[in-house]
Amino acid sequence: MSDHHHASSSATVTAFSAGRKPIVEMRDISIAFGGIKAVDHASLELYEGEVVGLLGHNGAGKSTLIKILSGAYQRDHGDIYIRGEKASIDNPRDAKRYGIETIYQTLALADNVDAAANLFLGRELKTKWGTLDDVAMEAATREVMGRLNPNFRRFKEPVKKLSGGQRQSVAIARAIHFNANILIMDEPTAALGPQETQQVSDLTLELKKQGIGIFLISHDIHDVFELSDRVAVMKNGRIVGTARVQDVTKDEVLGMIILGKCPPGAIPGPGALND
Amino acid sequence: MIQSPEKRSEPALVQEGMITRFLRATEIDTRLLGMIGALVLIWVGFQIAGDLRNGNGVFLTPRNLWILLVQTASIAVMTTGMVMIIVMRHIDLSVGSLLAFVAVVMGYSQVYILGPWLGVGHPAIWILSVIIGLCTGALIGAFHGYLISYAGIPSFIVTLGGLIVWRGAAWAVIRGETVAPMDERFELMGGGPFYSSIGATATWIIGVLICVLILLGIRSGRSARNKFRFPQRPIWAEAFLVAMGFALTIGTVLLVNSYYFPPKLAADYAALHNIPIPEGGLLISRGLAIPVLIAAVVGLGMTFIATRTQFGRYIYAIGGNPEAAELAGVNTRKITLLMFTLMGVLAAVSACISSARLNAASNALGLFDELYVIAATVIGGTSLAGGVGTIYGAMLGALVMQSLQSGMTLLNFDSAFKDMAVGSVLVFAVWLDQIYRRRAN
Repeated sequence: MSDHHHASSSATVTAFSAGRKPIVEMRDISIAFGGIKAVDHASLELYEGEVVGLLGHNGAGKSTLIKILSGAYQRDHGDIYIRGEKASIDNPRDAKRYGIETIYQTLALADNVDAAANLFLGRELKTKWGTLDDVAMEAATREVMGRLNPNFRRFKEPVKKLSGGQRQSVAIARAIHFNANILIMDEPTAALGPQETQQVSDLTLELKKQGIGIFLISHDIHDVFELSDRVAVMKNGRIVGTARVQDVTKDEVLGMIILGKCPPGAIPGPGALND
Repeated sequence: MIQSPEKRSEPALVQEGMITRFLRATEIDTRLLGMIGALVLIWVGFQIAGDLRNGNGVFLTPRNLWILLVQTASIAVMTTGMVMIIVMRHIDLSVGSLLAFVAVVMGYSQVYILGPWLGVGHPAIWILSVIIGLCTGALIGAFHGYLISYAGIPSFIVTLGGLIVWRGAAWAVIRGETVAPMDERFELMGGGPFYSSIGATATWIIGVLICVLILLGIRSGRSARNKFRFPQRPIWAEAFLVAMGFALTIGTVLLVNSYYFPPKLAADYAALHNIPIPEGGLLISRGLAIPVLIAAVVGLGMTFIATRTQFGRYIYAIGGNPEAAELAGVNTRKITLLMFTLMGVLAAVSACISSARLNAASNALGLFDELYVIAATVIGGTSLAGGVGTIYGAMLGALVMQSLQSGMTLLNFDSAFKDMAVGSVLVFAVWLDQIYRRRAN
């Protein structure tokens, strides 16, 4: 486990799964909403310092699968293992205890309170009297926002008054401030301009270097290819297959997304088209 | 004057006018200013109307304003909780009925249980019955909260049911009787005639204490921000805030201290305490009435809870985005349960004030109070969409409502007309607020 930071890109798929233990292992996860199987026996792993791009159409089940990991939904079936140990994740608080942080597509910010209140929501700093330590929270927020978005000045305003990019940086700041070791990014650049998108990309690579495992959910196949080590494709709630990015082309991955057709370079999953 | 470099670099400051800069520096809520303006208009308006109609206006007399504060106390206490309930995107329609139920439980326990057991007039009766009342309120509030948060029934339905159930239960406890009189010490909480205010000296002590607290608060805020080298408010803005706080505090002290006992009551008091009556009559200041003191303490406490505690922070976050709060790890169900419990306790506090003021407990107590409480809260700037609202705003809203009612009473308006006016003012105030918000955004 000591050399995982230096895993070379030429490592084979078998070395990936045999030589290292995944930090997250989702096994055979299913969830249904009113008879519709949103996620259907999906299994997925994530290794330390790895970025896994999760791709699929709208409604393919990627956000749902990931929300099971972040505790927002309770699975009907299957197990989650964190660093090899069976984890019980029944709500977002549980997930955070395992060091799982999530940046939601909707950002999930309380619009009526300021950046610091959002950053520390659920984990407020307190004074020795047990009251909120707003000044300390603002100081920490200034520090972390200074790294993410140096031009940010609007610390006193409710986040609903901020721009899309500023709101995004608040959501990201919240996820990385608490020493996450597993980060879920659900469409992190959906609301951003090109420059801010680049910032998020740089940040993703920076976090990866620190050994954080990242699930990246995106529609944008180019983004995913640029940032990910592996891609996993879902269709109709099932995993079509997983592949290292250097083993497949973008066209092949598009074929997985649209047709469910697994190319030779990928490991087929239960959702792969049989021909 | 003193401007930190960071503040000066903000481009927004360059083109601001005097007033905008003043408001920004003092961080005064403009809607609070609007409400105070409305209150002043109402007060002066009723004074002038009284002058014109009856020859002498009595609205702006210490006596009337003192009574106005006492009359506002019960509603004001409940608005402090209603703000947080509405901020959380819930509603509580049951507070009036809950008040009646708690009042008859306290009345019943005083007259039929504690009185016979301890002997009528025993000094422990009032505190025991208050404890019984607060516990009853807390239990019922918690029950409502449980149904709302864990059973998933909308708060509107749960508390609409509660509105009907607890009024009926209040009748059932005493079979429609009116229990009276209440215990003598208990009665003091109502602001009745004799000892139910704390007198001039105690009022001054409280006033000075508040002034000291204002100074300490400003100073600790500055030193905390200094520690992290955050931009400070300009000194002149701090000085202005301190001056306003002092003026308001001392003004209130002077006001309540210049309402004296009527000569006959003063003579009785003097006879009781062997005080010689000087020539020209004895002037005994009433000072702050106990129910007003209770409301003030509740208001301060609830402001503290809303702004300084994690619980309060969660309430606002839930109101802003319930899903986000849940995803951030806030236990929204627990917070909802606790908030409704707190609302039950506040309704019980109001039950103490109302039944003590009436010196009786009946199942008709607090009729329509839920509507007045909600109206006052909304007039006070709380958004029914959730997420926005302040305790002081709601308490001011209660004062506005009570001022309207009492002003019209002084002018001998028909009660039918009074109701029509109060209802219209509610709608008008919310309309104004909508316009303001649209402009502000």
